[in-house]
Amino acid sequence: MQLIRAAVIALALLPLPAAAAVLPDDRADLMYHYYDGGGVTIDGPSLLVRKKFAEKYAASANYYVDMVSSASIDVITTASPYTETRTQYGVGFEYLRNKVTYAAAFSNSSENDYEADTATLSISQDMFGDLTTVSLFFTRGWDDVTRRGDATFADEIDRRIYGVDISQVATRNMVLGLSYETITEEGFLNNPYRQVRYLDPDAAVGYSFEPERYPRTRTGNALSLRARYFLPYRAAIQGDYRFYTDTWDILAHTAEVSYTHPLDEEWTFDVRYRFYTQDAAEFYSDLFPREDFQNFLARDKELSTMTSHTLGFGVTYEFKSPRMSFLNRSSLNLRYDRMRFEYDDFRDISTTGFAPGTEPFYSFDADVIRFFFSGWF
Amino acid sequence: MKPARIAALLLLAAAACGCSRVEPWVKPYERENIADPIMAWDRDPVSSSYMRHVFEAREGARGALGASGGGCGCN
Repeated sequence: MQLIRAAVIALALLPLPAAAAVLPDDRADLMYHYYDGGGVTIDGPSLLVRKKFAEKYAASANYYVDMVSSASIDVITTASPYTETRTQYGVGFEYLRNKVTYAAAFSNSSENDYEADTATLSISQDMFGDLTTVSLFFTRGWDDVTRRGDATFADEIDRRIYGVDISQVATRNMVLGLSYETITEEGFLNNPYRQVRYLDPDAAVGYSFEPERYPRTRTGNALSLRARYFLPYRAAIQGDYRFYTDTWDILAHTAEVSYTHPLDEEWTFDVRYRFYTQDAAEFYSDLFPREDFQNFLARDKELSTMTSHTLGFGVTYEFKSPRMSFLNRSSLNLRYDRMRFEYDDFRDISTTGFAPGTEPFYSFDADVIRFFFSGWF
Repeated sequence: MKPARIAALLLLAAAACGCSRVEPWVKPYERENIADPIMAWDRDPVSSSYMRHVFEAREGARGALGASGGGCGCN
């Protein structure tokens, strides 16, 4: 449940054409992914296959599974550890006509208390001597939210995403990118299980819990810029920056620098550092002064004042195996990211011996691994 | 201004620009470096889309991570 809303937004980015005037190569990727951090372990497989037809049409299919085992700080302080599985299917079609690529995609994501359908249409065109690629897309999402153990509860979310993406060749060694996206959501936007806490002199620990309540609408705007530069000794360096703001008063900055270094024809190494910081939503509080203190209440740490740091490493080994002669080439890939999340107004209430509102701030580290095989055919 | 109107305006602007001829300042024969696979915005979509999911599930900001669009203009 906590993961799926982000997932359906993230997958909306998938179906954009890879390049306007040429369709992507035929390719299959089989990945095992693993996340471990903050008491949560998530792993599972992902399969992505793309195939061209007559150099004008392309089809893609994606299968993805999250197997979640959660004893997160929210879960251990207000609920019980749980396990669940989320499964996602997606299909996409592309049609290339001259310098324009038209694409459509659909995906479905489901778990036992959440179902999401997402459809995307996009158009992408090369212009100015093929130095500029402009892509526009529109995504519509329909989510059904339910709550385990409560047959009377059911609600919905209606989501629309408008996006534009521009890629510009600036010099013979540099490419620039610009993206702008507006995401509007309407419906049941909070987590049906999560609680907020408030000061309660009658409680033994000094505070009690009540269900969180979010506004039923949210609109966010994100603008990002990126530049990728080819270094003289055949390596690449990239810088990214994103600004985000929304109607819940969250304001966020994301910055990333990455470096790609091929060692020879077979080995490629990647390293990156990403920094993220945000202000809290206006209705967020770690500890409200009393019950029903205001109309909207949140104690979701993703809506608090926070920063995250990510240090990532990757290695790719390309090869051609005689045993797999149907593949033009193949690669084995390992990616590892170490993440640290630090919260400035979300306190660790699993600690004891502190007065309410004086507990230490919460933080946690996470390890993220992707191991995948790619084959071009 | 509504997002749909902004998108329509951008589309119109892009279409209008397409009518005038712009001389490419990076000639096709000068695009060897930017055509190198290491210059792709997104070399491994299966991995990068997963990482978007990891970040968006744990942070308040979403969207505009782009990078899946755009070509090198090498054709």
